[in-house]
Formats: sequence, structure tokens, C-alpha cells
Amino acid sequence: MSTVATSARAPRRRRRGTKLQRRQTRIGWLLLLPALAVVAFVAIYPLGKTVYQSFTNQEFLAGLEPTKWVGLENYRELWHDTIFRDSVWLTIKFTLITVSFEFALGLIIALVVNSSFKGRGVMRAVMLVPWAIPTVVAAQMWKWMLDDVFGVVNDILLKLHIISHPHAWISDPATSLAAVSAVDIWKTTPFVALLLLAGLQVIPQDLYEAADVDGASKLQQFWRITLPLLRPAILVTLIFRTLDALRVFDVFAVFFGNRQDTQTMAIYAQSTIVGDGHVGYGAAVSVAIFLIISLFVVIYTVVNRVTEE
Amino acid sequence: MTTAAETEARTRARPVSRSRAFRRTPLGRALVKVPLWILIVAIFIYALFPFYWALRSAFMPANELFSTPIKYWPTDPTLNHFREVLNSSFFRRALLNSTIVAGSVTLISLAIGSLAAYALGRFRFHGRSFVLYLMLSMTIFPQIAILGALYTMISNFHLYDKLGSLILTYLIFTLPFTVWVLTSFMRALPGELEEAAYVDGATPLQVFYKVLLPLIAPGLVTTGLLAFIAAWNEYLYAVSFIQTPSHYTVPVAIVSFTPEGGNAFQVPWGQIMAATVIVTLPLIAAVLILQKRILAGLTAGAVKG
Amino acid sequence: MKHRLLLLAGVVGAIALIASLSVAAASSNKPSRVHKATAITAPKVPNAKAIRKKYGGQKITFVGDSVGDGHVRDTRLAKRFTRDTGIKVKVVPHPAASDQSYSQLVRAFSQKSSSIDVAMIDVVWPGAFAPYLVNLKPKLGKQSKLHIQSIVQNDTINGRLVAMPWFGDYGILYYRTDLLKKYGYKAPPTTWNQLFTMARKIQTGEQKTNKSFYGFVFQGNAYEGLTCNALEWIASAGGGTMISGGKATIDNAKARTILDAMRNQIGKTTPRGVTSYQEDQTEHAFDDGNAAFARNWPYQYGIGAGAGSKVKGKFSVTVLPHGASGKSVGTVGGWQLAVSKFSKRKDAAIEFVRYMTSPAVEKFDALTNSNVPTIVSVARDKQVRAKNPYLKPSIASVPRVTRPAKFLKTHYNEASKVIYQGINQILNGTPAKNVLPGVESKLNQIIK
Repeated sequence: MSTVATSARAPRRRRRGTKLQRRQTRIGWLLLLPALAVVAFVAIYPLGKTVYQSFTNQEFLAGLEPTKWVGLENYRELWHDTIFRDSVWLTIKFTLITVSFEFALGLIIALVVNSSFKGRGVMRAVMLVPWAIPTVVAAQMWKWMLDDVFGVVNDILLKLHIISHPHAWISDPATSLAAVSAVDIWKTTPFVALLLLAGLQVIPQDLYEAADVDGASKLQQFWRITLPLLRPAILVTLIFRTLDALRVFDVFAVFFGNRQDTQTMAIYAQSTIVGDGHVGYGAAVSVAIFLIISLFVVIYTVVNRVTEE
Repeated sequence: MTTAAETEARTRARPVSRSRAFRRTPLGRALVKVPLWILIVAIFIYALFPFYWALRSAFMPANELFSTPIKYWPTDPTLNHFREVLNSSFFRRALLNSTIVAGSVTLISLAIGSLAAYALGRFRFHGRSFVLYLMLSMTIFPQIAILGALYTMISNFHLYDKLGSLILTYLIFTLPFTVWVLTSFMRALPGELEEAAYVDGATPLQVFYKVLLPLIAPGLVTTGLLAFIAAWNEYLYAVSFIQTPSHYTVPVAIVSFTPEGGNAFQVPWGQIMAATVIVTLPLIAAVLILQKRILAGLTAGAVKG
Repeated sequence: MKHRLLLLAGVVGAIALIASLSVAAASSNKPSRVHKATAITAPKVPNAKAIRKKYGGQKITFVGDSVGDGHVRDTRLAKRFTRDTGIKVKVVPHPAASDQSYSQLVRAFSQKSSSIDVAMIDVVWPGAFAPYLVNLKPKLGKQSKLHIQSIVQNDTINGRLVAMPWFGDYGILYYRTDLLKKYGYKAPPTTWNQLFTMARKIQTGEQKTNKSFYGFVFQGNAYEGLTCNALEWIASAGGGTMISGGKATIDNAKARTILDAMRNQIGKTTPRGVTSYQEDQTEHAFDDGNAAFARNWPYQYGIGAGAGSKVKGKFSVTVLPHGASGKSVGTVGGWQLAVSKFSKRKDAAIEFVRYMTSPAVEKFDALTNSNVPTIVSVARDKQVRAKNPYLKPSIASVPRVTRPAKFLKTHYNEASKVIYQGINQILNGTPAKNVLPGVESKLNQIIK
């Protein structure tokens, strides 16, 4: 994470040799101790085991056959796995669609709620509702609402004369991705909106007042004041939203089951490990997913650092 | 704070475009608000319509739920679904269990996370970026991949079928998120207040507790809320590590409903919708109450010094 | 501010209402379903004294049916068993989702855990779990002769009886008697082509007044249920049973014909969304009066004939149709009971299984839960048949086809996935000849 933008605001400590620096380091690591303890305790073993498993041929029901080390065999097979490749492309497409819509929509909602108008407290609570409903329930509900025989979405669209006959949004491969994206956008825009709202709220109001006095238009204020100061919040939001989108599972599983053309990376990993029982190969798939997601994080960080200049 | 009179005076002194002037009139102000209001109404409908649908379905008798033509309003409302849901002992327990798990996870994440954010955001030492990315990487692995290893770990610690297993494993996704968000809040704070506090002789922990925490209040409330909801709605670990119905959490309980006299193939929609309504309302109430905390953090005058 | 207070008041009011309902519900006595069930008491355990002498006081854990009526039944039977024999049975419901239930057992077996003594397993799991299950033939072989032999054979792997049949399931055809009459048909269809014709005629007529009406509904989602449906289509059309003689046989002319015929109905006599239907949506479509024909398990009968159903008294059941050169079949579903090899109380566990799979208990189950009994004599019992009309011989004795789970063992899930993904792809618009060769070669790879 870049320190360029922050050094201007970090406390200016007078450098009295390395004594103060050592003290900073000591206190810093001390404060980090609880968090690192959790990581070591909860994450190191499972992650390590998974990486180890990816080099073996372990099966879910290993039974009485021994598990043995197979080196890079799983990864070689993964490289030629067209189903995995398709799942990667599908997941990336889904991520691009949903994250861009959610970001745009979330920003608009955050700006609206942040501005002063009557009832914005209500608005703040209301916009949380989609996020608050458990995903498994929300996915089932939407599947029912999008049904082509007794679904309410078709009913409303028919009544508004937007479509002429009911459409099977989920079953029809042409609209499947759109349907599942629409549901995900509905569900997670509140997450984006809430984070951006929190970021907006720490921007001091007097900056805007000064800009008003200087005659800047709302749009100029947005570009010059809001966006730059919102940058850290935007970065965090985008990273975590992208992370979640790349690991999407529940909505796809409920809508499509194990349909071949709608498998995301996480669905493929799950069906490999649990359904087919190939734990070793599934671990390799998981490591690959980890690397792909890390790539996105790297891209975000680099872009952020570059555009900060 | 400039008074209205001062603004008026300044405006008259400086030439202003005609559209600007129009926007200042009462009619202009009202018209500008129209797109805003349309947007607000659209957002309301978009967010709430499915919830309204759940509400309507919760009050409809089971045999009318899937009938066509579709009814937008229950003509024959019934409280049966609510009664069945609340009568189911494992659902009531599930509400309690979920509250315990989600509450504990949130508090632990906020406590540990804010300390870590303090270190990563206000101190300079080598390895800060590494720690941040280490935390991130722990959350990137697909849940299903580490499920097997987590299960072994949980059994070895004798936490299987206990709520503690969930509190521990949920930290995997709440802690990194909390640390990252709070770190970015910490970084954005100006240094003058800390300086002043140090000059006054405060220890680092006092600076943390008295000066910085109140300033990042919006961040604390926001991450707390999102972490709570994420922990509340988690399904995979809950169904894998818990087996006794009295330890079920809310998502597992909802999925386990079966209609009266019914079969495993049947999905009791009425009950599921009723349960959804029951579960969402307190959350909204909590947010409404917490609004004050979000606003209080800002207007406490801390920013003005 | 005022708006917020108003909304807060509303929310608090709603919570108060729900809380008071909760108190009211809690204070009212047990739900009516228990009242209905207590009319019949759990049967007593035969030879209870002898069992008590040998195993009394031991504790076993039974992973049984998921939360709901199934769990209630399990608990009642377990309580009776404990009372009579002194063996303490802890009943744990398995997760509602089938793959979670499978994972739970796999994890326990992989860890060689003794925490499970008796487990309820799906009809396609004996092959996969066989190495971890006790051979029940020595002690329960005699009792197994009372059950339907095809299921017993399904549960016998390499000569070892690894599970006892507990309750069964098979696919049947539901049809609207009133609509058949209205459109001049005297009897339900016996071949698939007849069904398509009748469905089309009825649908055309009904859609004049009901836009949501369709001729035929079934389970078309990409999941295990589709394998069951597809097996029925292919086997009844004379296309074999997908895998036989150690090889995949799914790609043949008759299979292609019937699958393409099904594909051609999508969007015409079956709703376009049928490729995401599972049992639940099929049942809703039929019971809300929006379908002329439906394929489903017997469980749907009780719902359709129950209070509040729109089709009460207007429907009946029969065997599924067959192709021109085949005969009617039904895919076997249902659950079995097995004893874990890692159990520390194997003998006590076996006695529990003996009790649960005895004729008296199966009759109890059939009467209280409308589960299909696997014991022939129970299926013929008058009381049972009165409660479950689909048990009449003409339907109940339909030849059963089993999915190739026994042969595929631990690879069954993977193979089934290949099958249902392929069939789903065909139903969604791809001609069978483009899909089946790929499916067959993938299956042969798995078999190796």
C-alpha cells in the first residue's frame, strides 16, 4: 500500500536517532500480535494443508488406498482442463459486470444518502435490507420470482407491456448470466454503498463550504474534493467486492445446480472436491483460484499507485 | 459558518449565471430536487420490492403461494407461517445462537482489528504491507478448499458441534476485512491531534482509545455492521461443523424447515418467508438505533479540534 | 427525524407482535401433527428381554432423517427402543441438503470416527461406503428376505449386505382425471407419444383460459433428480440403463430418439423453465392446477389429496409411459440403514437396525409419514394401502431400474454429474447426437 499520499498526513515525529524508530517498531508489532496470532492459529494450518494436498492424489473417500505425492501432476492436468478454463472466463465476466454496476450504483446511493434531505436515516436502514437477507434465502426467492410460470417478475413485465410473453430468465442460456448478475447486484450494492458512505462521512464539511464560497460547481467539487479523498475507501471496496465476486457460489448453485455452462470457479472447486471426491485435484484448483484472485489484487494496487501521481 | 446574510451579500457582489440564479429560487430548488426524489423512490423500490414480496408471501396460505394469476396482496391472510416458525424450538434457539456467534465474532474482530489498524496506519516500521497482504491472502482461499483441514482442526480442539468452532472460523473472513477498512480510516486521519496528545504526555494506548477511536467511529460502526451480517448469514461452515439442531444457526435452521406433515422434497416457502421477515426486522431496528452513533462520531467536534 | 421515529415505532411494533406470537405459540401445547401421530403408538421391540440382557445400558448414535416429521418419527421409535431394551439411542438429524449429508458421512468415515453407529444412507451410496460398513447378512439376512429383492441386491456389494432397505421411492406419473375426461380420453397414456399428444391437446384447450397451463412437468434441473428422470425415459424406451456390462451404453439410437423427443417438448408442452425445476416446482405446478401430467415421487400424492389442494379429487396416478419398444419403469429412490465399521457397539447397533426395518415399524412409518415401505407384506396391508393409494399392485409392482451406483462405487457422483449435465444440455437445446458421444466417452474414462 502506498505511503506517498499518507506521509503528508502522518504525524511528523522528530527523528531522534534510531531510538524512536525502534520504539515505533516494537509498539507496532506488539499491537499486531493479536491479529497475527489469529492468523497463525486459524489460517496457517488449513491453508498449508490445502497447498500440500494439491501435490497429492488424495480422494475424499480415500478408503483403503494410500494417498501419495504426485508432484506437479495435478497442476499439469489443470492446465489442460477446459472446464476450469471456461469457469475462469465465466467468473471474470460475472465479476466485471457486477462490480462495475455495483460500484456505480453504490456510489450514487452513498452520495444521495450523504446529502442532506429528510428521511435519509430511513434510507440508510432501508438500503441495508438486501444485504441483510441470508444469501441462501434471497437466491431461492429470486429463483421463484424469475420463474416463467408463476414468477412475479414476468407478471409485472407483462403487465407493463415490456415483454410479450413470459421469459425463462434462468433456464435460457442467453439470459442466464444477466439474471444471476441482476440478483447479485441487488444483494451486494448495499455493501458497496455502506463502505463508500462511511468514507464520505469522514470528509470534513468545511472543505465543501469553502468550495461553495469560491464558486465551485457541484460537479467540480465532486471531482476535486470527493473522489480524491474517497480514494482509500474506493480501493478497499473494490478489492473486497472483486474478491467476493470471484468466489461467488451460492447464487449460481441455487439457480443452476451443476449446469455445465454456468459453473463458476468456486462451483467447480466444490463439485471437484465434494461431488467427484478428488481432494488433491480440488486443492490444486483452489490454489489456482487463489493465484487468479491475487492477480486482481496486484492489478488494483498497481493501478492505485500509478494513478496517485 | 457563513450566515445567510453574508452569502446573500457575497452573491450580490459577484455576478452569477442565470441558471445559477434560477436554482436559488424556491421553484428552482424544488425542481432540482425532483430528479433526486425520483432516484430515491427508484432505489427504495429496487431495494424493498423483494422484501415486500417476502412479507406478502409470509402472510399467504401455503396453497396460494404458487397459484396463478399472481396475487400481489394476500386476500386471505394467515398467521400460520409465523406461528409454525416461532413454534419450532430449533428456530428460536437458532436466533440466539446466531446472535451469540455473530456478536462475538464482530466484537473480537473490531477489538483485534482496530489495534492492528492503529499499528498499520499510524506507525512506521518495516513489514506493514506484508502483514496487510498476509491478512488478505488468508481470506482469498475458497471456503470449500480449507473446509476439510478446518474440520480436522476443529475436531482436534474438541470444538465440533459447538458454537466456538464457528466463532473461530468466521474470523478468517471478518478479520482481514476489518483490518483493511479500519487501516484506511486510520491512515486518512490528520496527525495534529495525535501530536497534541503526545505533547500532553499521553501513552500510545491512550492516544488510541481517547483520540483516534472516536474519530474513526463511522468506520467502526460500518465494519461492525457488515461483519455482523456476514457472520449471521454464513452457511457452509455452519452446516459442516454443527450437527445438533439446538446448536443450529439461522441460515441452517431456515434451510431445515419442513412443512407440517410434509416431506424432505418440499420447500416450505411460507415458513421460510416468515423466518426471513422475523430475522430482518431486528437488523433494521438495530441500524436505525445505531444511526445516532454514526452521526455522533462526526459532530462530536473532534474534527474541528 | 419524525420519519425515523415513525419507522422505528413501526419496526418495534412489529417485533413486539412477533414476540407475543412467539410467547403464545410456545405456551400452546404441542403442534397438531404430534396429536395425529400419537394415535398410533410405536410398535414394541420383539425379543426385548433377550436384547436387554446382552446389550442393555449401551449407547449408540443414530444419524437419521432431517429435522421435521422424519426426525420426530425417528425420535419416537428410538424412545420406544430404549424403553424396551435399555439401549440408549441418541438421534441426530442429518443435514437437509443431500450433498451435505453425504459429506458429513464421508468426513466421519475418513477420520475412522466412532461417533456414528447407525447411519441413514441414500439408495445410491452403498457402493461408495461399502468398505466402511458392517456386513449385515449373518444377523439380518433372514429379515432381508422380507424386503423387495431388487433393493436388497442394490444394497449387497461383493456378497456383503452393507445396508438394510428402510423406505423406498420410485417415479410415477400423475395425471388430471377431470381434464382427461373433458378432452375425451378414457385412460391415461401408456406410451410417450400418447402422452405428448394428449398433453398438447389439453394444453391448447386450457391455455385459452389459463396462460400458465402446461401439458407435462418433470425435474429438469442439472442435479441428481434429472439422472432419475432420464433413466426412466431411456430405460422405458428400450435404450438400456446407461451403464451395463462394465461399459457406458448411454449413446444408442433409442436413447437419442427419446431424449430428442423430450427436447422438442420444451417450451411447447413443457414450460421453458422446466430445466431448472426440481421436485418442489413440479409439485407446485401440478397441485396449483397448471399441469395435466407430472412425473414425481409418491410423496406428491399426499399433498395433492390434502386439504387446500386445488386438484383434490381430480387426479390419479399410474406407471410412467414407455417407448414403442420398451416397458414402463420407475427409478428407485429411498433410504437404507447401515452400521459403521468403526462403531464401538456394533451388535447393539444391529439390533436397532433390526427393529427399524421390521414389518411393524415399516407399517408405522407408512401410516404416520406416508413413506413407501420396502417390505412386500406391508405394502399389501389394507390400512397402508388406504393411506397410500399408489401402492396398489398395478403401480407398485412396476419394474424398478436402479442407477449404476453399485457399479461405480465412489465414482457415482462424478458419473451422475456427467450424465445430468449432458441431459440438461440436450433439454436446453442441443441435439442428442452432439452430446451423448461425449457423455459416453467421459463415463468410460471414469469407469476405468
